[in-house]
Amino acid sequence: MNISKVSGKKNKHKVFVYALSTCVWCKMTKQYLSDNNIEYEYVDVDLCNEEDKQKIHETIQSKGGMLSYPTTIVDDKVLITGFRKDQLKEALEI
Amino acid sequence: MTTIEEARRRAEADAKTFGYFLTPQPDLLQGFLEGLKTNEDRYGYPLCPCRLTSGSFEFDRDIICPCDYRDPDVAQYGACYCRLYVNKQVYESQNLPEVPERRPIEKQARAYGTQAAAPKVAADEAKKQAPTGKAQPIVKKKLWYCKQCGYVVFREDPPYVCPVCKAKREMFAEIESSVEFNG
Repeated sequence: MNISKVSGKKNKHKVFVYALSTCVWCKMTKQYLSDNNIEYEYVDVDLCNEEDKQKIHETIQSKGGMLSYPTTIVDDKVLITGFRKDQLKEALEI
Repeated sequence: MTTIEEARRRAEADAKTFGYFLTPQPDLLQGFLEGLKTNEDRYGYPLCPCRLTSGSFEFDRDIICPCDYRDPDVAQYGACYCRLYVNKQVYESQNLPEVPERRPIEKQARAYGTQAAAPKVAADEAKKQAPTGKAQPIVKKKLWYCKQCGYVVFREDPPYVCPVCKAKREMFAEIESSVEFNG
């Protein structure tokens, strides 16, 4: 799986973003995290192979996600569907 | 290969036909059009940029922009799932609503390969039906006609606005047909 890492000064939380390369809201989520100096990892699901897509499907569903993008997972616990500034702020203490 | 400008013209024409507006924020709009262009170059048709595609036309046809879910979403929330298409109220207020995914989960699951097809029972049924190519339709489509101009459409719900005479949704009535056998 082609996971990209974006470094940032704030690395207190483990942040993972499931995104689509074509999706504006996913880009805005990544931008928002970068603008706030949050360290995060992401994968563009539409560019993954079949096997990886299946793994992602299982992972998101096992965490109660809805297969909508972006899906941001904070510390393997908090799952945020969509570009929700309010929820990201709260989870990441921005 | 399509261009951003072609994608823009198409979206504008479609919004005008159905009485919608395109998203009021220029940078967002540009992003949607770029996503549509990328998908059209990649798959041959302008798939929704906000959804994961299977790459198979048969499985993706409901999410070719404008998707099958746009009209009910604009009617209920004032915007489509992406928020590319919005109604007048949202356009003027510039306040984009949150729009949950309306596409059935079993259709979404197809984008993750056949193994992932949601519940096991559904997967087994899909397998049985697959060879005939006649999967049970999840939404029941009906025939609707515009009482003002006579335009007829076959879909789940009547259109938001008649694409021919611009009559409102209320002007649509269902065409009920039945077959009788005598003797």
